[in-house]
Amino acid sequence: MADKNPPATEGEAKKEDTPQNLYRMNGSEETPESYDYDLIIIGGGSGGLAAAKEAAKYGKKIMVLDFVTPTPLGNRWGLGGTCVNVGCIPKKLMHQAALLGQALQDSRMYGWQVEEQVKHNWERMTEAVQSYIGSLNWGYRVALRENKVTYENAFGEFVGPHKIKATNIKGKEKFFTAERFLIATGERPRYLGIPGDKEYCISSDDLFSLPYCPGKTLVVGASYVALECAGFLAGIGLDVTVMVRSILLRGFDQDMANKIGDHMEEHGIKFIKQFVPVKIEQIEEGMPGRLRVVAQSTDGQETIEGEYNTVLLAIGRDSCTRKIGLETVGVKINEKTGKIPVNDEEQTSVPYIYAIGDILEGKLELTPVAIQAGRLLARRLYAGSNVKCDYDNVPTTVFTPMEYGACGLSEEKAIEKFGEENIEVYHSYFWPLEWTIPSRDNNKCYAKIVCNVKDNERVVGFHVLGPNAGEVTQGFAAALKCGLTKEQLDSTIGIHPVCAEVFTTLSVTKRSGGSILQAGC
Amino acid sequence: MPFVGSNEYDLLVIGGGSGGLACAKEAADHGKKVAIMDYVVPSPRGTSWGLGGTCVNVGCIPKKLMHHAALLGGALEDAHHYGWDVAPSAPHNWQQMATAVQNHVKSLNWGHRVQLQERNVKYFNIQGSFVDDHTVRGFTKAGKETLVTADYIVLATGGRPRYPDDVEGAMEYGITSDDLFWLKESPGKTLVVGASYVSLECAGFLTGFGLDATVMMRSIPLRGFDQQMALLVTDYMESHGTKFLKHCTMKKLEKLENKRLQVTWHNHKAGREETDIFDTVMWAIGRVPETRRLNLEKVGVTLHPDSQKILVDASEATSVAHIYAIGDITEGRPELTPTAIMAGKLLARRLFGRSTELMDYDNVATTVFTPLEYGCVGLSEEEAERRYGQEGIEVYHAYYKPLEFTVAEKDSSQCYIKMVCLRGRDQRILGLHFLGPNAGEVIQGFSLGIKCGATYSQMKRTVGIHPTSAEEVTKLWITKRSGLPATVTGC
Repeated sequence: MADKNPPATEGEAKKEDTPQNLYRMNGSEETPESYDYDLIIIGGGSGGLAAAKEAAKYGKKIMVLDFVTPTPLGNRWGLGGTCVNVGCIPKKLMHQAALLGQALQDSRMYGWQVEEQVKHNWERMTEAVQSYIGSLNWGYRVALRENKVTYENAFGEFVGPHKIKATNIKGKEKFFTAERFLIATGERPRYLGIPGDKEYCISSDDLFSLPYCPGKTLVVGASYVALECAGFLAGIGLDVTVMVRSILLRGFDQDMANKIGDHMEEHGIKFIKQFVPVKIEQIEEGMPGRLRVVAQSTDGQETIEGEYNTVLLAIGRDSCTRKIGLETVGVKINEKTGKIPVNDEEQTSVPYIYAIGDILEGKLELTPVAIQAGRLLARRLYAGSNVKCDYDNVPTTVFTPMEYGACGLSEEKAIEKFGEENIEVYHSYFWPLEWTIPSRDNNKCYAKIVCNVKDNERVVGFHVLGPNAGEVTQGFAAALKCGLTKEQLDSTIGIHPVCAEVFTTLSVTKRSGGSILQAGC
Repeated sequence: MPFVGSNEYDLLVIGGGSGGLACAKEAADHGKKVAIMDYVVPSPRGTSWGLGGTCVNVGCIPKKLMHHAALLGGALEDAHHYGWDVAPSAPHNWQQMATAVQNHVKSLNWGHRVQLQERNVKYFNIQGSFVDDHTVRGFTKAGKETLVTADYIVLATGGRPRYPDDVEGAMEYGITSDDLFWLKESPGKTLVVGASYVSLECAGFLTGFGLDATVMMRSIPLRGFDQQMALLVTDYMESHGTKFLKHCTMKKLEKLENKRLQVTWHNHKAGREETDIFDTVMWAIGRVPETRRLNLEKVGVTLHPDSQKILVDASEATSVAHIYAIGDITEGRPELTPTAIMAGKLLARRLFGRSTELMDYDNVATTVFTPLEYGCVGLSEEEAERRYGQEGIEVYHAYYKPLEFTVAEKDSSQCYIKMVCLRGRDQRILGLHFLGPNAGEVIQGFSLGIKCGATYSQMKRTVGIHPTSAEEVTKLWITKRSGLPATVTGC
């Protein structure tokens, strides 16, 4: 596409912001014939940045807008989105810190002369984590510059057809037009809507950069965010309680979810089940302070109180789609959930506006999915590709103390889809060799595959509970994509001695009721 | 055709290791009358062990445990960066570790005894040799003669470490992996001779315990493995404290008055003799099959003239109709526990079940548990080039950094992944090589993909799990052919 206008200097609006111009643009009678940009991306997270870098490869003029609305406690962060700043990255690093605590304990059994009681320094860990995140933020700035992608640290919203307003932290407004737009604004943690929640509670948006140790913590929620955070906080030695309204890890295989919860409980994390907080009060200010939490049972019969240094809310996330002017340009959203429905090419109800990532309706909220969708979209738009994002059999891992890797259908969903008589579930406990010497958690790690009997015993669900679950699961996800069957699993030789090899020797079915307790090599 | 009914047992298995036990148990599960003989000739140093074979006693199991012990030493350093108030290093007590490892191994010996008992498999702790093609004789430690007859006989006697025959003092003063895992005291300053995975794995964990460890190699490391990967493995070891004596061959070992060893070798590169003092010298120069004491000539079981391993066909049959062989003693098979186990199981199913399924020895995944682990499945780049020509293959690769290394400030220079594909539309994957933490866990699932005929494009359509090291396999996009720098950034 020919570039009719000379390149604008970075970030400047081409038209004067006269009242007449503003009126005409808001009235949306005419659309500008030549646009400032080929593509404006609202949201500099996993999806947005991936799309930007890919589109730039094809010589397109791209702008990325990224803006972090401060948390109720005033927290902000740099370019990169949730994953980099307040999601996957700091989460995994803190999970690793907790795992290392366990490793220290194990190491004594392996001959290392380590003190029995080892303390953990929250500030040192957080500083190191934040320092690494800072390097990633910087890396993204550099990558955008190198790819000649214009970056604006401003809040983008639609003000008319093909036009957005970008407002920076100081309130300065600029206007930009583009042929196409990509919404990748992601989500933010939800609050309870009870007295004291915004004033006194923190969320995952605050946790990873908290300048003081959270101390005795109440985690509210049953999401993977809740369980992962509760897990590593306990792992670094804190007193942790999880308050859960109903089931754990809704949407995940419930058999696995319950095993995760059981493991956490066995390792000292307290659970308060079927309660919700109704009021949070501050007893004492401080870093951390002391909070009183009043909670009510879900059947309304009982009220309890508890005192904590920190209350971490992890009850879900809300899409950032309500305040970006979507009504102005006619992009339809699900009014209840705020999510944007798209077709299989990530196109919204407005043909020149696309959306990817966590804000999509019916799609998985995962970084690699957003990245894949963003890249493929850019290739379809600018490189003549027709490859669509394959949302099937996307693997994922929950980084709880006992990690859970999964790909494909949960047992429940497989039963729903194929009928109980048509699926066969093979399963086994296993004991990582490394845990034998410290005598830890025998017959707790668990492997399960769900097979479709009617289709050659094709593996439709893969589930593993154990160390390095993500590393184990990744390859099996590739195998599932190649149509893995039980027979192929059985005829494959395992690597010895590793945890993953258990999948090559599964023989006991759930149906048979046979024992799956393990005895050793 | 074997005499049915006139022999005491349906099956006699000679060798109670990975293959032998699997075969015996499977046959018993099919309702057969099974006997198994297992005997460990003590090492020249006098080390011996219980039922279970190499893997359980002097191989995979103690190896992995000691490797893990060494990794935990590294974890201490990391822990400090992650906020734990520990000293970045701590002393290591060999005795405490060795006792724990040895106790675990003994529990496995016991477990195997129990499993045989549960299936009514008769266990003889004797060394057997052939009297005739259906009769095996052995002597107990007390000297009592036992004769066992069986319709079918499976040989699974495995191998033992080789000693050099041209080095003075080799057997008197040197040890092998047979002894290392059972040492009551720390081996101290150790010289490991050999370039095998046994050599590198052992030198690796000894370094991890803070010991002064040196590897002496005659020529290339990990012969038979992808050489680019092999060099990255040794590079990592070198930059993490393991010393290497390259292009050197041993001349002699002498014992000094203070019980230490004076070691003399020839340095081919420098063209001179060199010497140094060590506490321990361990030979890891290969393994010899345990076929010499079976009296195989008596019954006509043929061996490969060079390797002395037993020649078998695709059904594991030897040159004698009812005598089979599995595991490390068989010619042309990978020397791995899981292949021996599967071969044993399938053999029993073919003999006593109604199965016709043969072993598939192709694309067997394996892992070398050096300090930085190397997992691989399929062809090396060299082998792929040999078969298809350089123009016929496409090699995707990447240097990556595991997330956990960042805060720990660890060097990831050798963390590397390579996928060798057939060039062309499909780009079927011929080989996958992964160097990094938890390499075995990473490779296992991908080896299944390769069994299903996975292609590069299928790999690309597989969404990664974030953040892991394994996801980097699904993100490979830089080809060697392109000449582009291959370092990728994670997030």
